[in-house]
Amino acid sequence: MMNKRLASLLAIAASAVLAFPLQAQTPRSGGELIFPVPSEPPSYDGHREETFGLIHPLAPFYNTLLRVDPNDKGGTKPYPSIAESWTASSDGRTYTFKIRSGVKFHDGSTLTSRDVKASYDKIIFPPEGVGSSRKGQYAVVETIEAPDANTVVFKLKNASGSFVASLLSPYNFIYKADILAKDMHWYEKNIMGTGPFTFVEHVKGSHVVGKKNPNYWDKGKPYLDGFRAIFIRSSSAQVAAVRGGRAHIQFRGFTPADRDSLKAALGDKITVQESPWDCILMVAINHEKKPFDDKRVRRALSLALDRYQASEALSKIAIVKSVAGVQVPGTPFATPPDELEKLAGYWRDIDKSRAEARKLLKEAGAENLSFTFKNRGTPMPYEPLAVWLIDQWRQIGVNVKQEVIEPAAYYTPLRSGDFQVAMDFQCGYIVEPDLDIYKFLSVDRNHANYGRYTDRVLDDLYDKQSRSTNDEERKKYIRAFEKRLLDEEAHYLLTLQWHRIIPHSSKVKGWTVTPSHYLNNTLDTVWLTE
Amino acid sequence: MLAYIIKRLLLMIPTLLGVAVLIFLLLRVVPGDVVEARYMGQGSQFTSQDLMDIERKKLGLDQPIWKQFTTWVWGIMRLDFGLSMWTGSPITEEIKLRFALSLQLAIMATVVATLLAIPLGILAAIKQDTWIDYAVRIFSIAGLAMPSFWLGILMILVMLIFFKWLPPMVYTPFWVNPWDNLAQLIWPALAVGYRYSAVATRMMRSAMLEVLREDYIRTARAKGLWLKLILSRHAMKNAMLPVITVVGLEFAFLLGGLVVTEQVFNLNGLGLLFVEAISHRDYTLTQALVLIVAAVFIFVNFATDIAYAWLDPRIRYR
Repeated sequence: MMNKRLASLLAIAASAVLAFPLQAQTPRSGGELIFPVPSEPPSYDGHREETFGLIHPLAPFYNTLLRVDPNDKGGTKPYPSIAESWTASSDGRTYTFKIRSGVKFHDGSTLTSRDVKASYDKIIFPPEGVGSSRKGQYAVVETIEAPDANTVVFKLKNASGSFVASLLSPYNFIYKADILAKDMHWYEKNIMGTGPFTFVEHVKGSHVVGKKNPNYWDKGKPYLDGFRAIFIRSSSAQVAAVRGGRAHIQFRGFTPADRDSLKAALGDKITVQESPWDCILMVAINHEKKPFDDKRVRRALSLALDRYQASEALSKIAIVKSVAGVQVPGTPFATPPDELEKLAGYWRDIDKSRAEARKLLKEAGAENLSFTFKNRGTPMPYEPLAVWLIDQWRQIGVNVKQEVIEPAAYYTPLRSGDFQVAMDFQCGYIVEPDLDIYKFLSVDRNHANYGRYTDRVLDDLYDKQSRSTNDEERKKYIRAFEKRLLDEEAHYLLTLQWHRIIPHSSKVKGWTVTPSHYLNNTLDTVWLTE
Repeated sequence: MLAYIIKRLLLMIPTLLGVAVLIFLLLRVVPGDVVEARYMGQGSQFTSQDLMDIERKKLGLDQPIWKQFTTWVWGIMRLDFGLSMWTGSPITEEIKLRFALSLQLAIMATVVATLLAIPLGILAAIKQDTWIDYAVRIFSIAGLAMPSFWLGILMILVMLIFFKWLPPMVYTPFWVNPWDNLAQLIWPALAVGYRYSAVATRMMRSAMLEVLREDYIRTARAKGLWLKLILSRHAMKNAMLPVITVVGLEFAFLLGGLVVTEQVFNLNGLGLLFVEAISHRDYTLTQALVLIVAAVFIFVNFATDIAYAWLDPRIRYR
């Protein structure tokens, strides 16, 4: 009897404990989310710009055709937005999107498939004199049609394994067709979308303010009354803003030291979310300069690197962490660690690796190799990674001089080929092989390949993985691509995957970190506990 | 005197033209341009040469240098600074926003500096080699040794750690909300004003010491005049001459030179705009800012020269 009563009491207590967090997680309406943005949008046109400084303050004013599932920590799952559903034809060349009814622009007009078509026409087939940053990503698209008010059809030149993922771009704001018809440049200086927040003001150099859209199509959302994005360039001022309660969250990321200082100062008032970051610094080796045309030299430079030890040491002081191949670790197409360890430069036995490096240099007649390493004058994480690289190369007898170049001038020597070895960088808005490995195609297919090599085998593997709609088959091609790129030819050397650290006020709920700082900035799901 | 003023004003024109030519050419020599800064720094692999060509054409960067220069100078002559290459907004709009904050901060810092420097400098001079003089010297040397941004960081840390408070991050004009305005600007004004006062205090002290040794001061003392009267009527005006020069030059510098302090306190001022314009290779905006700062320096120098004549009637310009 006593046991039964105790059991039932415990059950009640347990259910109360279980129920409490659920109750506590019920979104609360109201409040203004304040967040610093380290960069400011040059213009308001998402189709034209490439900086997160545009996404963070302006994404809440817009919707895109599809979006990434806001609860997906991997940041790769497609989720309905303006399109409520979609289908693909059996040959993988036709995608049909059903456009949601009842979506209103902030001026009160109704969104139709015509607006979607006009927006994507501007991105993929811009008229003369109109710049589109993402035109190259949609080279596979043949036509866009809007057969009725609720249907948009994309016809592709060939099947593509990444087409749906490419539509998740947070930059592809849906604009109003009538406005674009009158002036293709209107959205560069004006803001008017269908998003959960309406535009209030932008004081240049200071802030952007948005207020809740009462007519938002997703009923009950957004939860916030508004948001205020404050432009703060200095990272210490951003940290101070969060610490002093002047801001709730910074969506790009803080350093490990910033995280630790915030946690130490604020304890439970700070919640930390972390994720591998779809950004990586890599070493571009100019194949046009001797002796770097010799793959033995390039392989030796990779074999010298103890990436595992670096991961442990550098992750304490810099925004890098995981040892990675061409895909962000833990994402669907990433190479598992035990397979990655088989690639040159990724071996666990660093002594064996460096002995092999020295042997290769000797064979190539480059035992006393010395060169200048060009690095971008951006302290984090370029500086610690460059110091690490130079030290690692020194350990196989290579003497390296670092030349630091101001960021705005950095790509001039890279583009002209006026360098031997240099730090290079790429960052993606979504983890998707088509986007992430495009960089490494032959220089005549991608001018951003600063290694300046031509490798038709790589090009062929890229095309095969890109056209495959079978994930297992794609994985096979991506592995082969990775092995050739990083091991057999060592065209490029990857350092460590960036690591995204978001320490934010514990009052902020409904926001999930992803590997991309371009994602999850619509703020429709975000709410404040008080 | 009037002829002198007109001559000085007219001389500003070739000076500013020289500055214009210099900055125009210097910017073109520096590697990179606004289009590269806009598209190459984000790690994207899809930026095509076509896109960069379109953008360069739109900004007139495909035109010959001489044509770009004449177009710009013609605009300046009509007081049209053009559009920012980075944002596409009118440059006057970009500058106007920041100018109010920078001007207010410069004025507040100058007031802080003057209020500290003049009494302390005089006190140190008349109490030479006493503990008061030593204390003032330590105070001013500490101000010289400490960069204002570092003092700013200390202030922020003290406010955060001990008072759990931080100044507002967004500028509010004084006439909109004086409290918010002062809550944000008083701290950088104190940080900058202290360093600024250190220079002026040292200058005031040495100038005062020199003046106090002059024959006419000795005569005034021998006549039995009160020290207060000697200082205020006879010594201070003459001792102020070098101090006025320092204050004037510092004031001009404060308008566009507080880059790091503006970062520390997140102030949307001209200093940060300057750095951003250069890092974005925003030629038109950088050129306009350099011209404005040059004009301010020329004007402040001119005003200082006029003030000299007022302070020292022996000085007459022709």
